[in-house]
Amino acid sequence: MIGQAVALKSDVPFPPEVGDFYLPSIVPWGGLDSLWFTKITALVWVSTAIIIIFFTLAYRKPKLVPGKAQWIAESTYGFVRNNIAIEMLGARGVRFAPYLATLLLFIVFNNMWSIVPVAQISPNSHIAFPAFLALISYVLFNYVGIKKFGFRKYMRNSLIPPAPWFVLPILIPIEFFSTFLVRPFSLAVRLFANMFAGHMLLLVFTLGGFAMLQANTALAPISVLSWLMTIALTLLELLVIFLQAYVFTVLTASYIQGAVSEEH
Amino acid sequence: MNLSAAVEHSPILPLWQEIVVGSVAFAVLCFVLMKFVFPRMEETFKARVDAIEGGLKRAEEAQSEANKLLEQYRAQLAEARTDAAKIRDDARADAEEIRQEIQVRAREESDRIIAAGREQLNAERQQIVRELRAEVGTLAVDLAGRIVGESLADEARQRGTVDRFLSELESTGSR
Repeated sequence: MIGQAVALKSDVPFPPEVGDFYLPSIVPWGGLDSLWFTKITALVWVSTAIIIIFFTLAYRKPKLVPGKAQWIAESTYGFVRNNIAIEMLGARGVRFAPYLATLLLFIVFNNMWSIVPVAQISPNSHIAFPAFLALISYVLFNYVGIKKFGFRKYMRNSLIPPAPWFVLPILIPIEFFSTFLVRPFSLAVRLFANMFAGHMLLLVFTLGGFAMLQANTALAPISVLSWLMTIALTLLELLVIFLQAYVFTVLTASYIQGAVSEEH
Repeated sequence: MNLSAAVEHSPILPLWQEIVVGSVAFAVLCFVLMKFVFPRMEETFKARVDAIEGGLKRAEEAQSEANKLLEQYRAQLAEARTDAAKIRDDARADAEEIRQEIQVRAREESDRIIAAGREQLNAERQQIVRELRAEVGTLAVDLAGRIVGESLADEARQRGTVDRFLSELESTGSR
């Protein structure tokens, strides 16, 4: 590959590749390629620990008039509860609010690693994590729908839109495809691709600066421009972190809403 | 370059180890947050709503209680006023009664005193009359005896004559 040729010539690995997303094992039980304890899984554990510690500490002794930490914890949950769960599902949304809030927090904190110095890579740029989250959402909305209507009625609600009979042979496969096949994939891939691309962009502009500097010192101003781009993209990434977490949560809520509503 | 590049990874094929790790981490997170944190938040929200609504309700109750008490006090005050008026009227009536009674008693007393005085006067007068009569009789007899030159004093008839004369005198005098 040309990139490898450049990299060999200049010591800077440019352009970045998929392999850059797979870092060596930290504690190599099964050799360097063991995947049980890598930077990625470590980050997942750390973000899980941060959320648990913060929320249990902030809510150890809840008061009617909250302190700062309690207020932050409550606002986070209250946001998901009122602005996502109740907004989309009505009063019955309160039941789903705890899961949706947990989901949002898990995604936000794991996304956050993509711009935290030293970490600089989000676990969600590995499709494994978005994939199982999407799978849970998929199972959840189907389970809720089937539990409410029974399997046959749920399928009828989901697959047969109120349309003239002669278009049904086209519509039913489309509905089936979009509801039962595409939804989990789109959920997973949307999050994964955003985080993957974000990391890739940051790599390109950061390493690109170094690569140019090493190739020719005269290119230094462009290197600086490249690094400034990195900063700008980091800010963009911050937006993407929250946006994608929000989108994932809202879509999950919307799928649940679709499953439990009478009308298609 | 990276050390694990030797093993080729496809970015769209999930690594099962990562799925396991992620699922366990997420399950732990769900367990803790959904069991220990968010339900307590719901409780706090509910307690907060209760506190606010309860406060309003308590304030309303206190208000109505106060209104009731005020009504009660007003009623009591009005009652007290009528009582006082009644007591005043009674007192006035009593005083009037007592005054009249005292007047009556005083009048009786004065009447009695007057009557007693009159009686005494009468008695004295009669006594005087009686004495005078005796004296006047004696004087008249003495005078007549002297005029006639002869003492008529022993004459019992003469005495009767004097008495008769005096009675006649009296009756003409009182007429």
